[in-house]
Amino acid sequence: MKVIVNGTEADFVDGLTVRGLLSERNVKMPDMVSVELNGQVLKRVDFEKTVLKDGDKVEFLYFMGGGRWD
Amino acid sequence: MGLTEEQIERYSRHIVLRQVGGVGQEKLLSSKVLIIGAGGLGSPAGLYLAAAGVGTIGIVDADKVELSNLHRQIIHHTADVGLEKVKSAEAKMRAINPDVTVRTYHRRLKADNIREIIKGYDFVIDGTDNFPAKFLINDACYFEKIPFSHAGVLEFCGQLMTVLPGETTCYRCIFNAPPPVGAVPSCSQAGVLGVLPGVIGSLQATEAIKYLLGIGKLLTDTLLTYDALEMEFRAVKVSRNPNCPLCGKEPRITELKDEKPPVCDLKKVE
Repeated sequence: MKVIVNGTEADFVDGLTVRGLLSERNVKMPDMVSVELNGQVLKRVDFEKTVLKDGDKVEFLYFMGGGRWD
Repeated sequence: MGLTEEQIERYSRHIVLRQVGGVGQEKLLSSKVLIIGAGGLGSPAGLYLAAAGVGTIGIVDADKVELSNLHRQIIHHTADVGLEKVKSAEAKMRAINPDVTVRTYHRRLKADNIREIIKGYDFVIDGTDNFPAKFLINDACYFEKIPFSHAGVLEFCGQLMTVLPGETTCYRCIFNAPPPVGAVPSCSQAGVLGVLPGVIGSLQATEAIKYLLGIGKLLTDTLLTYDALEMEFRAVKVSRNPNCPLCGKEPRITELKDEKPPVCDLKKVE
């Protein structure tokens, strides 16, 4: 199946979940990512059970702070 | 109000723009923008908004200028090391444009002081560097109904989005809550290309000016991401989240509270 990830289409095995996609894409810190599926932000608890379909559009939206914490 | 001859000359390249004109310039001169954070994002935003003749600019920061700030925080100069950032920033903004009234707030924003500070401003620029502050600004601007520009930078990437509270996608619609403790890759040592916040902070100033003038299309319901290494901008469409804890159908956040900052343990990260 083809899924568009961050604007670029790629082939994936059928049955891949959002959680699986995160690890396939080597997202090292999934806690720092929000996932948007077809324009809707997914709940974090749904990453595991959400199975991707052909033609889905996924966006990884990263937490970005700044250079410093205080 | 009317512009003086000197102002007509100073702002002539604005005034000749059909979308600005003398009326728009007067609008800018009577506008109030609050910049939260006199750092990498706040530096270009402050300088450009002052140069543009935004009449009142507030600047909030609790820190002093450090040597390691200078590669990106261009409002501060080498001789300013050790000064309060707000004082250093005020001096540069006033030097660029004496038309501008600068209000300085040398303090850290908290749930119990942010509303009284942002009240009365037309637009807020989030130039902060930490997640608890970003969520606090998002929430406070929602309760006070003040439009703001969110932005963040990390390494070679940056992002921004304009929020019209209650109307367009807010920060919590996308990022429900701060990342969990321990998820953050590094703390005060996180790197950033010096020019990166310059790009993003300048875009934030652009959004502020567009909002104040009521021109163009704002960066609402869109997260603009910038990757300097790939030299790629992407406008990612986002939409209001019905499950948003702040502006969703069943809001859980009904008053301001301080989010806990994550534990900063550099040794653990190494």
